[in-house]
Amino acid sequence: MKRTLRRLLGPVAVALVALDVILGLFVTPPDIEQGDLVRLVYIHPALAWVALYVAFAMAGICSLLYLWPRTRSMTYDRLAASAVEIGVVFTILTLVTGSIWGRPTWGVWWTWDARLTSTALLAVMFLGYLALRRVPADPHVRARRCAVAALIAAVDVPIVHFSVIWWQTLHQGATVLNSNLTPTIHGLMAWTLLLSFVAFTLLFLWMVLVRYEIETLDEGEEDAELADALEARRQEGAPA
Amino acid sequence: MWRDAGLVAGRDLRIELRSRVALWQILPFAVLVLLLFAFALGPSRQALRQSAPGLFWLAVLFSSVLAAQRSIAIEGTPATRELTRLLGLDPAGIFLGKALALFVELVVLEIVLLGGIVLLFHVSIATWLLLLATCLLAAIGLSSASVLYGSLAGGARTRATLLPVLVLPVLAPVLIAGTRALSASFVGGGPDGLRWLSILAVFAAVYTVLGIALYGPLEESS
Repeated sequence: MKRTLRRLLGPVAVALVALDVILGLFVTPPDIEQGDLVRLVYIHPALAWVALYVAFAMAGICSLLYLWPRTRSMTYDRLAASAVEIGVVFTILTLVTGSIWGRPTWGVWWTWDARLTSTALLAVMFLGYLALRRVPADPHVRARRCAVAALIAAVDVPIVHFSVIWWQTLHQGATVLNSNLTPTIHGLMAWTLLLSFVAFTLLFLWMVLVRYEIETLDEGEEDAELADALEARRQEGAPA
Repeated sequence: MWRDAGLVAGRDLRIELRSRVALWQILPFAVLVLLLFAFALGPSRQALRQSAPGLFWLAVLFSSVLAAQRSIAIEGTPATRELTRLLGLDPAGIFLGKALALFVELVVLEIVLLGGIVLLFHVSIATWLLLLATCLLAAIGLSSASVLYGSLAGGARTRATLLPVLVLPVLAPVLIAGTRALSASFVGGGPDGLRWLSILAVFAAVYTVLGIALYGPLEESS
């Protein structure tokens, strides 16, 4: 079932992303104020949505499900890890596309805006989680550590967000993000925007499923290697 | 739980008193960080005074990571683990005790560093009460979060490099709020400081509660 779902999901996601690219680059009209720059709206918000909401929520929920004794299963651990791994890629892409957009519209690659700062911190936390996963340990120990780490990082996110918003508003002038991010869009532009959200969400889900399968195969391979090694030792002891 | 916490805190502090590692390595490191910051910024009084609160908290943060690594290393030795199991200590108590010991160390560190920035960075303190509350609340949050992450960060081989990566982004709110509250206490801005104190208080409460709840399951699994 999972395999057919993944096989279906892949081509559909890729096709939708391709459609989004064609519509975004060639069919939709340029904006009056921003010109061709507005085409970034068909990538950047969708990437941010996937990175900051879908990936993060998925990692949090899966970690919680793992820690809850009744639903404890390595499936959730692998899903959380896959979501974080793909989430990191999307978070970094969000920052990169945002920078590319920011340079011509605000004149700078980076501004210490609340949203940018929290996104950057979130990316570092995601990376920390992945570093923690690389630490050699028993799979169950690792799963528990990672689930706890994801959970305490998730608790930190609202605190980070609030402190950064206050820091930002008390420290600098008003944010420039909002005035630029809400251009009046309608018609084809709105539909393309909507399509980009669907396309990137499906793409994310597909990548997570693929990553999950690799993770499962990897763990199976480790178990098989261990069994082989044990068998070899037994053979050594056996009389010829 | 409280009795166990007292025992563990007493033990940790006694080890620190006898080994003097905190005194001869971590404290000098913190002061050194202040000096290096001054070298990086140049001798201009204005610049030093303006950046003093932020530099103060950065020095505290870096030193607290070192202190936390020591504190966790104590817990990791086989003899300590065996003794802890045999005594049947409550994990929540162990967490509280370790956090308490680290808290005391951090407060000492903060006092020394405050002296350092008053002397070296030419700041003067306007609101003592705000300063006191900031330092205490931040120390609670820092010690709880560091102990919790220290127990997460795995064995001794990986901890030295992994702990800073894990814990420093999480401590970002303490750095931001602590810096703002401290600079408010230097210029005498009450209401502004209170707002930042509330972030420090929430952070301290959240991580203490999380630590009490999660330290047990983490330790028994590793």
